[in-house]
Amino acid sequence: MRRSKLPEWFVLLLPAFIILAAVVLIPLVLSFYSSFTAYRLTRPDSINNWIGFRNYVRLFEDAGFWWAFGRTVFLLTIALNLEMLLGLGLALLVNKVTWGQRGLRTIMMFPMMFSPVLVGFQFKFIFNDNIGLMNNALQSLGLTDQAIPWLVDGGLAMFSIIFAEVWMSTSVFAILILAGLFAVPQDPLEAAKVDGCTPWQTFRHITLPFIMPFIYIALAIRSLDVARAYDIVKIMTNGGPANRTELIWTQLARTGYVDAKMGLANAMGYISIFLAIFFTVYFFRKLNASRQILGMAD
Amino acid sequence: MANVKLKNVVKNYGSLEVVHGINLDVDHNEFVVFVGPSGCGKSTTLRMIAGLEKISGGEISIGDRVVNELPPRARNISMVFQNYALYPHMTVRENLGFTLRIAKKPQSEIDQAVAEASAILSLDPYLDRRPGELSGGQRQRVAMGRAIVRHPDIFLFDEPLSNLDAKLRAQMRVEIKKLHQKVQTTIIYVTHDQVEAMTLADRIVIMRDGYIEQQGTPLEVFEKPVNTFVATFIGSPPMNLLHGRADNSGKNITLDDGVNVAMPSRLAGKYADKDIIFGFRADNIMPVGHTLPQGDESVEIDMTVTLTEPLGAETLLFGEIGGTQVQAKMLNPRIVKPGEKLTFQIDLEKCHVFDAQSEMVLD
Repeated sequence: MRRSKLPEWFVLLLPAFIILAAVVLIPLVLSFYSSFTAYRLTRPDSINNWIGFRNYVRLFEDAGFWWAFGRTVFLLTIALNLEMLLGLGLALLVNKVTWGQRGLRTIMMFPMMFSPVLVGFQFKFIFNDNIGLMNNALQSLGLTDQAIPWLVDGGLAMFSIIFAEVWMSTSVFAILILAGLFAVPQDPLEAAKVDGCTPWQTFRHITLPFIMPFIYIALAIRSLDVARAYDIVKIMTNGGPANRTELIWTQLARTGYVDAKMGLANAMGYISIFLAIFFTVYFFRKLNASRQILGMAD
Repeated sequence: MANVKLKNVVKNYGSLEVVHGINLDVDHNEFVVFVGPSGCGKSTTLRMIAGLEKISGGEISIGDRVVNELPPRARNISMVFQNYALYPHMTVRENLGFTLRIAKKPQSEIDQAVAEASAILSLDPYLDRRPGELSGGQRQRVAMGRAIVRHPDIFLFDEPLSNLDAKLRAQMRVEIKKLHQKVQTTIIYVTHDQVEAMTLADRIVIMRDGYIEQQGTPLEVFEKPVNTFVATFIGSPPMNLLHGRADNSGKNITLDDGVNVAMPSRLAGKYADKDIIFGFRADNIMPVGHTLPQGDESVEIDMTVTLTEPLGAETLLFGEIGGTQVQAKMLNPRIVKPGEKLTFQIDLEKCHVFDAQSEMVLD
């Protein structure tokens, strides 16, 4: 029997190579390849129909796509900033609690435990203009006598989605920032008090630099999350009204699975990946800089 | 520049009282050292003066102002912490100038104050480094610089040298003493190291279990300890303490193993028929032929050496009298083997006698 001539290291690593190829490499190559074809799910043969950069050119010229792209960036910016500020506030408050803090921390994480689809349904109900909780409450309090079309009005629909997003994910920031607050050394805080700092100055000059790395970690994680936002939007508005809440991924799913233009959808996917990469790199740079400042970097 | 007054200051955590009504006057420009074993309340007391701990009772005043309810920032104090407590995200220059920047002083004034402090503590080469790039001694100097810049009424030091190695500690001790001479400010200094206390203090305050046991100049507390705790805490090695009983003439003491020594003449006849503790330092018990010039009163005693610690100029000899360990010093030492029996001379004039019950000194 002839022995295989393959080097030992290769044979030993082969299972890993095979698994990686099957779950990562082949889908990646295939989807990248198909973004250069007129591949339609309804006509499998079309995957051989090489059209070069035509999908990409079409997307670059498609205002609708860039609106969706811009809306995603907008959602990301507003939602992340709100979540960061609210999470910071929440963490600072919980950090002051001396009794029952563990319980509070657990309760704080509840929104993260729900499926985003269910959160979407919940807020679809809350913001419903006829039977929704929000209008009901506003009207009962006498703040308005009209039914506000939360999910139907172009501006309000985006607001409602941001509201749901913030409700669900502020605790990500709160938990991570709280962990950061626990890690702030007490000595510099006391030194600052003695040095003449007011509570606000202590926070601004001492506490904040110490928790910045944690804030950036939360931002990096959440930017990836929001950049691929799909489920909540799908349920609450499905991109409507009149595409006013259409994001990259809702459009992508529509193009790929409803219109069955998988080649085009894959091209969208590859463009949108740059968005995710951009934010991740940006926040990781910030993270490293803030760690360096504290002398924590390697 | 101010004096500090503590009037009946109490601190409790819940039902646990850790400082029991301390009274203390610190004069302007005085260097006062709180010393005591861990848990004696010295740091807590310091932190109450700083305003970092609320006081549970009594009154603290700085200058003529009662500061009980004032936050630390309003007390015009500076504090140097055990772990330096530098701001790791600021350079040395920013650390030094931070307190003035917070007070919104003009940049020119900040620069000048930082330059002054940096000159006093020789920090010039490190001004643009971050604390993480400095050694322990350098960090402690930065911490001190940060305290100087503020021109505070009082300096508070909370065990500032305990994280440094022995050699650096000795160096920094000198620097702190120089600093006090240069900046002429009231200093309150906490340490558990009696050597630091002895070398630095104008006045030592010895604390135990939330009470002040004794206060006085270093020599006073060394030569006239009020009780056995102070006697063993101050001075190294600690004072030898032997239990015994004064006979009914009050002129002789029988130690526990039956050895008789004379009562020091200043006390002779004053305490008859009484259980006492007989105390003497290692410096006052030396083997015959290796002693200091003796006073008029001395007593000889035989002791078997069990252990020796040669220190160069002198050797510490360990032995037992009546089952209690005794440390003696030998000047111009020769080699002594464990098990050797030597005759020692005890200088009675320098001996202390304490009441066996209350452990307070008898005089």
